Amino acid sequence: MTFIAKPKVSHPGLPKNKLGLTSRDYEGVVSTLCAGCGHDSVTAALIQAVFELDIEPHMLAKMSGIGCSSKTPAYFVSQAHGFNSVHGRMPSVTTGANAANRDLMYIGVSGDGDSLSIGVGQFVHAIRRNLNMCYVIENNGVYGLTKGQFSASADIGSLPKKGMPNQQEPIDPVSTALSLGATYIARSFSGDKEQLVPLLKGALLHSGFSLVDVISPCVTFNDHEGSTKSYAHTRQFYNHVVNVDYIHPSEEIKASYAEGEAMPIHLHGGDTIILRKVDGGYDPTSRAAAFKYLRERFNAGEITTGLLYVNEAREEMHELMGNSDTPLSKIPLDELNPGKEELKKIQNRYR
Amino acid sequence: MKPTDTANPDYFHKVVDCQWGCPAHTDVPAYIRMIAQGQFSDAYMENRRSNVFPGILGRVCDRPCEPACRRGRVEDKPVAICRLKRVAADHRDDITDRLPKPPSQNNGKRVALIGAGCASLTVANDLRPLGYDVTIFEALNATGGLMRTNIPRFRLPPKVLDEEIGYILDMGVDLKLNHPIESLEELLKENYDAVFVGTGAPRGKNLEIPGRYDSDRIHIGIEWLESVAFEHIDTIGERVLIIGVGNTAMDCCRTSLRLGARDVKVMARKPRGFFKASDWELEDAEEEQVEILVNHSPKEFVYENDKLVGMKFELMKYQIDEQGQIDRGRVTGEKIIPCDDVVLAIGQDNAFPWIERDLGIQFDKWECPVVDETTMMSGREGVFFGGDSAFGPKNIIWAVEHGHQAAISIHKYCQGEDIEDRLPMGLNLASQKMGMHEWSYSNDYNPASRRLMPHVDLKKRFKKLNIEVELGFTAEQTIEEVERCLNCDIQTAFSANLCIECDACIDICPVNCLTITENGDEDDLRTRLSAPAENREQALYVSADLPHTGRVMVKDEDLCVHCGLCAERCPTGAWDMQKSTILVPYAADESPLDPPKVAAGIAVK
Ligand SMILES: Cc1cc2nc3c(=O)[nH]c(=O)nc-3n(C[C@H](O)[C@H](O)[C@H](O)COP(=O)(O)OP(=O)(O)OC[C@H]3O[C@@H](n4cnc5c(N)ncnc54)[C@H](O)[C@@H]3O)c2cc1C
Ligand SMILES: Cc1ncc(C[n+]2csc(CCOP(=O)(O)OP(=O)(O)O)c2C)c(N)n1
Ligand code: SF4
Ligand code: SF4
Ligand code: SF4
Ligand SMILES: [Mg+2]
Repeated sequence: MTFIAKPKVSHPGLPKNKLGLTSRDYEGVVSTLCAGCGHDSVTAALIQAVFELDIEPHMLAKMSGIGCSSKTPAYFVSQAHGFNSVHGRMPSVTTGANAANRDLMYIGVSGDGDSLSIGVGQFVHAIRRNLNMCYVIENNGVYGLTKGQFSASADIGSLPKKGMPNQQEPIDPVSTALSLGATYIARSFSGDKEQLVPLLKGALLHSGFSLVDVISPCVTFNDHEGSTKSYAHTRQFYNHVVNVDYIHPSEEIKASYAEGEAMPIHLHGGDTIILRKVDGGYDPTSRAAAFKYLRERFNAGEITTGLLYVNEAREEMHELMGNSDTPLSKIPLDELNPGKEELKKIQNRYR
Repeated sequence: MKPTDTANPDYFHKVVDCQWGCPAHTDVPAYIRMIAQGQFSDAYMENRRSNVFPGILGRVCDRPCEPACRRGRVEDKPVAICRLKRVAADHRDDITDRLPKPPSQNNGKRVALIGAGCASLTVANDLRPLGYDVTIFEALNATGGLMRTNIPRFRLPPKVLDEEIGYILDMGVDLKLNHPIESLEELLKENYDAVFVGTGAPRGKNLEIPGRYDSDRIHIGIEWLESVAFEHIDTIGERVLIIGVGNTAMDCCRTSLRLGARDVKVMARKPRGFFKASDWELEDAEEEQVEILVNHSPKEFVYENDKLVGMKFELMKYQIDEQGQIDRGRVTGEKIIPCDDVVLAIGQDNAFPWIERDLGIQFDKWECPVVDETTMMSGREGVFFGGDSAFGPKNIIWAVEHGHQAAISIHKYCQGEDIEDRLPMGLNLASQKMGMHEWSYSNDYNPASRRLMPHVDLKKRFKKLNIEVELGFTAEQTIEEVERCLNCDIQTAFSANLCIECDACIDICPVNCLTITENGDEDDLRTRLSAPAENREQALYVSADLPHTGRVMVKDEDLCVHCGLCAERCPTGAWDMQKSTILVPYAADESPLDPPKVAAGIAVK
C-alpha cells in the first residue's frame, strides 16, 4: 500500500490524444497491490492502450471477479463504468451487460484462479458465445489474494514458496481458447509493454471474444527460484512469435517489413493491425498450426507470446443471434416489453 | 552511454538545481525543511555557513537559484527561496553563541582587506576565527559597501546590515573607516602577509551625448543613490527620467518617488524581454506606478534658457530572429520628453587609479584586473581580488563566494601551501527510508501556487525613505511555500543489481522520468524515453546493465518531483531516496589546525 496518491502533477510535454486527454487522464485510484506486482504493469498497459485508441471513458465498461488481478479495474479509467462481480462470475455479468448495451467496449480483467479454477465454466462459455469483449487474464500461477496457493495454471514441477511442487496438469488458457473457437488469442508478459500495448489495442478493437493471457508475476508469492511464473523465468524462456503493430484508419503503413514478415489484418471498425512474424513460417490464421506450434514450444519449455491466432470472419454474439443493432438499453420500454398479450401469442406458438 | 558516476559530487549536486545555481552553494532544500519544522535558527545557521548574510540576502539577493529551481519547470513559478531565507532570518532566536568564535590567540599572520563591502567581510568572516590578524580599510565612514550606499533602505533596512556585519566585526576585526587606500604600493610596503582587494566597481557609466555637462540636474545613478543614502540629497524634481532599465534604474526610480517626484519614467532602449532588471524588481517598480517606455534611445539633453527641460530620444524598431537575438535596430523617429531631473543608470565600470601598473597586476581593456577564477589571486603573489572588483559588477552572493575562495587561498598562501591544491567538494548520501511507506521528508506534491509577498500599502510606503516595503511572509504563507519545495536533495539512487525489471517504478512515476530500454548514445536515448527529454541541461542518469535483460534504467532528471514513489513501489529496494549533502570546503576545512579547536576559538598552529 502506498500512503500518498500519485500526484496529479504531470510532464508538461505529455502527448494528448484526439480527445485532448493525456494518458494521466485515464488513470484510476492508486494501486493497493504489492509493490512490484505484475498486475500494476498490466494496468499501465491498459491505460496506454485506451489512451492511444482515443476511447471516451464513458464508453468503456470494466468488469472483474475476485482476486488481486480482479482489483485492477479500480486502477484505470476512473470515469468508466465498472462491475466488480463474484469470484469467477465476471463472464456471466459481462454477457448480461453486453446483451443489454452492445455499444460499450468491454474489458474483463481476471486472474488465473478466477478464470481457470473457480470460473473455468464461465470462461469457456463466454468464448463459445463469442462474446464481444477483451478478456485479460493476469496470470501468475497462484491465488495471490489468498496468499499464494497454486492455481489451475501452475505448471507441473513449479515450486511454491514453501512446500511441495505442483503435480497437476496446468490449464493453458490459450490452448483452451483455441480449442473453443475464440477469435483473437494472444499471450504476453507484464514486463513487455512494447508487445502488450498493441496486443491490447487489437483485442479491444476486435469484434468477438479476444483473450489476452498476460504472464504477470506475483512478486510476493510466486517470484522465487523454481517458480515458472517469475520475472526471471518468464524472461529466460520468453519466445516472441507474432508481434502486432496497430495502424489507425487515418494512418498509412509507414514501417518497412521484411519479406514474409508482415501480415495485415483488417478489423471490423476499419482499423488495421499488422502482424509481425518473428518466425516467418508461423500462420496465425490456422488453428491447427497454432495448436501444433504451441505444444511443441511448450514441450521445449518455452513461453510462446504474441498474437497467436486471429479470425475476423466469425460473428460475435449479437450477430450470431440476430439481435437488434440498437442496444436494448436504448430501446424504449414499451417496444422492449410488448406486453402480456404479445407474450401470450408467442407462448401459444409453442403449444 | 556509460553508467552515470554518482560518486562524483557534481552529479547529485547538479540535481539540486537551486544549490547548483547558487554561487555559494547554499543547501536550500535542507534549510527549507528546517523552516518547515520551525527550526528557524538552524535554518539561519545553515544559510550563514555558505552565504554569510542570510538576513540581507533574504531581502535583496539576486536569486540565481530561483530561475534554476525545478519547480519552475514543473509548473511556471519557482519556490520563493529568497523569501523563505528571510523567514529564517526574521524568526531566528539569538544565535550569537553559534557564530564562529574569535581566536584566543592570533596566528601571527596579518591580512589587509581593502573595502568593507560583502566580499571583504566574507574574507574576514572566514579568516578571523583561524587566528589571522585582519584589518579592513574602508574609504567611507560606514561599512557594507554598495549594500549600504546604493541598495535603498526601503529594500534593506540598516538594522539588518548592522547586525550581520556586526557578527563579523565582533570577532575582533580591525576596522579602519575613512581610510581610502590611495596607493597599493605604499600598502604593500607595510608587509602584510596577504592583501585582498574588495573595492567594488565604483564608477557609474556616463552618457556622452550633447548637453551632458550643461546642467547639475543630470545625475549618475550610483553616486546619486549614495548621496541619498548619506542624506546629502533629499529632494528631486517633479518629473524624472531614469536612463537604463537595470536593477540600479529600478532603485533610482523608486527612490525618486520617495523624494517627491510625481512623474517618473524609466527609458529603455530595447523592448521588454531585453531588460537587465530582474522580473521582481520590475514588478515592484511598476506596482509603484513607474512608467517604463521602451525603444527610446537617448540622443541629447534639451535646454530652454540654459535650463534642462527635457531629453530627446530616437524611437527605435528592432528585428528579433528565431533564436531570440535582437538586431541593432533602426531609427524611426524622434521624440522629446520633458523632465526636471535625469538619472543615468546604465552600468558600472571598474576603476583602479590607486593601483600602480608596475606591481605585477595586469588589467584588461575594461580596467578589470586579471584574476585567477579559482584562486582569486592576481598576477602579483599575495594580492587577491574578489567581488565586483575582480571580474566587474555582479551581485552580493557572487562577492560572498569570491570571498570564501579568496579566504581559502589566503590561508593556504600564508601557511606556505600550494593555493592550487584545494580540497575538492565532497558528497554524503544517506537513505531517508523510515518504514514501509515512510520517508523522513514530506514527499507528497503540494499543488499550491507561489505565495505573493505582502507589501506596505501604496499610500503609506512613500511617507518616508526608509519604510521597508516588503513585510515578509506570514506564518500561513510560510507553511504553504515550504511545501512547494520538491526536496531535490533527496536523490533517487539506483542499484542496478537489485532490479527485476518489473516496471513498477516506471508506471508510478507521475512525471514519466523513468525508462528501461536498450542502451545507446545520449542523442539516441533521449528520443526513446517515456516522455520527451528535450532539456539537455538536465542529465540522464544511466544505470549499469540490468541483470535480467542487459537493458539499462534511464532517468531523465529534468522534472523529477522527488516524490519517492519509485522507491516506494520498488519491490527490491533498487531505488532508494537518499539525501545528498554536498560538502563545500571553506578555509577552516583547509586548515591544518584542528577544526573543533578553531570552532572553540583556540586555533593555534
Ligand atoms: C543600485 C544598486 C543596487 C544593487 N542591488 C543589488 C541587489 O538587490 N542584490 C544584489 O545581490 N546585488 C545588488 N547590487 C550589486 C551589489 O551591491 C554588489 O555586487 C556588491 O555590493 C559587491 O560587493 P563588493 O564587496 O565587491 O563591493 P562594494 O559593495 O562595492 O564595496 C566596496 C567597498 O570598498 C570601498 N572602497 C572602494 N575603493 C576603496 C579604496 N581605494 N580604499 C578603501 N576603500 C575603498 C567602497 O567605499 C565600498 O565600501 C546592486 C548594485 C547597485 C549599484
Ligand atoms: C466464491 C469464492 N471462493 C473463494 C474465494 C477466495 N478467493 C479470493 S481470491 C481467490 C483466488 C484469486 O486468484 P486469482 O484469480 O489468480 O487472482 P490473483 O490474486 O492471483 O491475481 C480466492 C480463491 C472467494 N473470494 N470467493
Ligand atoms: S499478492 Fe501477488 S498478485 Fe497479489 S498484489 Fe501481491 S504480488 Fe500481486
Ligand atoms: S521520485 Fe521517482 S517517482 Fe517521483 S518523480 Fe522522481 S523518479 Fe518519478
Ligand atoms: S520498481 Fe524496482 S525492481 Fe521494479 S523496475 Fe523499478 S527499480 Fe527495477
Ligand atoms: Mg493468480
